[in-house]
Amino acid sequence: MPIPSPFHERTRALCTSYRWKDWAGYAAVCSYDTSHDREYFAFRESAGLLDVSPLYKYEIHGPDAAALLSRMVVRDVGKLEIGRVAYVCWCDDRGKVVDDGTIARLGEDSFRMTAADPTYHWLLAVGRGLRATVEDSSARLAALALQGPRSRAILGEATGADLDGLKYFRITRARLDGLEVWVSRTGYTGDLGYEVWVERDGALAVWDALVAAGRRHGLEPAGLDALDVARIEAGYLLLGVDYYSAPKVVLESRKSTPDELGLGWMVDLERGPFVGRAAIAAERARPPAWSFVGLEVSWQALEALYESYGLPPALPATARRDGLPVYAGETQVGKATSHTWSPILKKYLVLATVEASRAARGTVLELEHTVEFERRRVAATVVATPFFDPERKRRP
Amino acid sequence: MSAATATGARSRYDAVVVGAGHNGLVCAAYLARAGRKVLVLERRHLVGGATITEEIHPGFRFSCCSYVVSLLRPWIIRDLELPRHGYEVLPLDSTFTPFPDGRYLLRDADPERTRRAIAAFSPRDAEVYKQFGQRMAELGRLVKPLVDGVAPDPTSLAPRELARLARLGRGLAGRGEEWLVGLVKMMTMSAVDFLAEWFECEELIAPMSVSGIIGTFLGVRSPGTAYVLLHHYMGEIDGSYRAWGLPRGGTGAVAEAIASSARALGVEIRTGAPVARIQVTGGRATGVVLENGDEIGARVVVSGADPHRTFLGLVGAEHLEPDFARQVRRFKMRGSSGKVNLALDGLPEFACLPGRGAHLTGDITIAPSVEYLERAYDDAKYGDFSRRPFLDIVIPSLTDPTVAPPGGHVMSIFVQYAPYHLKSGAADWEHQREAFGDAVIRTLEEYMPGLERRILHRQVLSPWDLERIYGLTEGNIFHGELSLEQLAFLRPVAGWSRYRTPVRDLWMCASGTHPGGGIMGAPGALCARALLAARAV
Repeated sequence: MPIPSPFHERTRALCTSYRWKDWAGYAAVCSYDTSHDREYFAFRESAGLLDVSPLYKYEIHGPDAAALLSRMVVRDVGKLEIGRVAYVCWCDDRGKVVDDGTIARLGEDSFRMTAADPTYHWLLAVGRGLRATVEDSSARLAALALQGPRSRAILGEATGADLDGLKYFRITRARLDGLEVWVSRTGYTGDLGYEVWVERDGALAVWDALVAAGRRHGLEPAGLDALDVARIEAGYLLLGVDYYSAPKVVLESRKSTPDELGLGWMVDLERGPFVGRAAIAAERARPPAWSFVGLEVSWQALEALYESYGLPPALPATARRDGLPVYAGETQVGKATSHTWSPILKKYLVLATVEASRAARGTVLELEHTVEFERRRVAATVVATPFFDPERKRRP
Repeated sequence: MSAATATGARSRYDAVVVGAGHNGLVCAAYLARAGRKVLVLERRHLVGGATITEEIHPGFRFSCCSYVVSLLRPWIIRDLELPRHGYEVLPLDSTFTPFPDGRYLLRDADPERTRRAIAAFSPRDAEVYKQFGQRMAELGRLVKPLVDGVAPDPTSLAPRELARLARLGRGLAGRGEEWLVGLVKMMTMSAVDFLAEWFECEELIAPMSVSGIIGTFLGVRSPGTAYVLLHHYMGEIDGSYRAWGLPRGGTGAVAEAIASSARALGVEIRTGAPVARIQVTGGRATGVVLENGDEIGARVVVSGADPHRTFLGLVGAEHLEPDFARQVRRFKMRGSSGKVNLALDGLPEFACLPGRGAHLTGDITIAPSVEYLERAYDDAKYGDFSRRPFLDIVIPSLTDPTVAPPGGHVMSIFVQYAPYHLKSGAADWEHQREAFGDAVIRTLEEYMPGLERRILHRQVLSPWDLERIYGLTEGNIFHGELSLEQLAFLRPVAGWSRYRTPVRDLWMCASGTHPGGGIMGAPGALCARALLAARAV
């Protein structure tokens, strides 16, 4: 049975739809209303407030903290400046991805890491013999994501701080309603947005302060359904949906290398050893087998398909995670793992893993689509991700 | 002479479009997409025509005229890549109807919640409601080909015309007689009578019936108004499974997006360039003359103005066959509505449902009873604005914070009836305008006590203002009434529904042509298609 998050008292009162789901053992809101529409548009037009406390969080301290993390993840964390955040992934010894998350450098010898899966044991194992302590702060810290074009104004009013100096992927301390908090310019919506980290006891005060400041800006509490649409538009991967954690699967074919997930850019082989380095280096000798791509379904083809049944085109109202085969001619060349109708782009978007030889932009493939219990196909073109990438996301 | 114009002094432009309304822009974009050189001339300082956003009060941006989108054709959105050019539509998926006795009816996207809400008035109607929506959506699909293509002409026996009619008929075939009967009833009945065949409670019938009269000089009991209800169910956003929406940044942002797409395709747009007349030489249009005297030649002239303004104003009756001119004069404009736009210093509250909530973010309808609506029409019939009018209200700033400063709100109030021809004469609107605005606020105050105190600025637009400012003849928001006798192959004049005009090389591309008004874009796109197919450019 999922347990309540530190914000539960507030979220429960607002969740009139009773639509909840289990996220890392916590009860998390899918959508506050019966439809996630309003919450989605809050992310894109004003600001959405999302409880992200269930994220796994770890504090790594000590003179060897940087060394520990550098040894664990594919990026060189030693180079990370204080006050910066890095998006990272980490691999097993065979160079297959275990998980992805962020690392924030809070001080010279102090880091905070987030992960989708429990990672405490992994940190301990990698850090054996190093002068670093690892604390699982998952339960101690509450976290809120405030995402959307008005998030800066809201957070600025709530903290009294000038956030214009806080660049994309930076973190800073701030005071909110008399409480000490951390504010990072990060998120999972691909929009201008921040995440606020606070001690569990201060959770409700922070929620109330943000809601109060947000009232004039159209802030809406938002749930995971709206987030799922936004993150697909942003082209972000989701563990357990778009790829699987290597130690958790039996079949070799379910595992992925960073290159296959489009995370090759963060791999730094020209430095000291890290977990999986040799395997990744060996893998790079030959071209990768798979490629993670964005597909855009042809609406004309979809409309024509439905028209042949005498129906108007219909898509599920929420983002979907049911895997669908992707074809080139009669051959299956991959799988679609996340798909959604994008209300802002007015397109049907798909995240898929396809054979690397089919991954060139502009390649036309086919996606399975079921109409009236019959399996049919529609044309889908490989396009660049992020599908949606507003300038405000990075703007200083 | 004409050959010399075509070959010798070769026109710089293939087409010059008069007016940068959304249809003019769509037409221009499609022509440019086909490689034609196009110039759009706009009288005002901004593009959009009646699809505009203007900052009337500092920080408050009003969708002064049109205020929602629903009918903008999805294929136009895709062809012109409008999302890439800033086109965003926010959901507007509920209808709130307050009643003077403190009750209210909220219908929204949640079918169960809506069923319970209606059941409080009539358990029977609550169940029928869903079936009705389904039937209307299917009927809407049947007539959809009408909107996406040129109007079929039943008076012609040409094979192509018969094929067009057959395509429409095919949808009906196999569905049984009751469908045909249903469609014929829709074409002939009044909105109220048609709805009364389905529903018993007036609290539902009254607010539903108003979509049959918007923009027409008819009452909810006038025959023929049922058909217009269907347009409501054809509203499609995101394919066909969403209803109405609010464009981000106001409706002007829609025009801006189309203009941006058009410019990217090579269209030249000149604002602040009023056209004085369309040059007609030897029965053909050769270009336009601007008010500053500049002459601009083009192979074709495409008018985005309404039929009256185009033929009786810009062309001049002297260049028309008397019979055609007579028919244009008969084409009913007679504006019947006005707009009141408010800048508010905070969110107003309804007495019947205080506080903020979903009921404020959708459509708010003041249409408490059929009698109320008919009495509002009575005032108009005798040359007066309604003392207690039908109001259709949206508060876009609740979903789109870009249109008001933080904490402030804009309220758009569509008001019917406001007849162009007051019994004291149209020009008397200059003196009646504020009284009209007062009647609207007084009506609303009954439901939203304290509203008046929140008003920072009030913009009142009578049909006379709509004509003066936006060039809509007699203030008709659809470039001519959307009544049955003025639709399809009859719009604007029988025999001339295919965007051509009796003046050679003069074409029409706006709401005065098939399929009509609303931010639909279809007239503009279909006109461009017809022009290209005819190799006129």
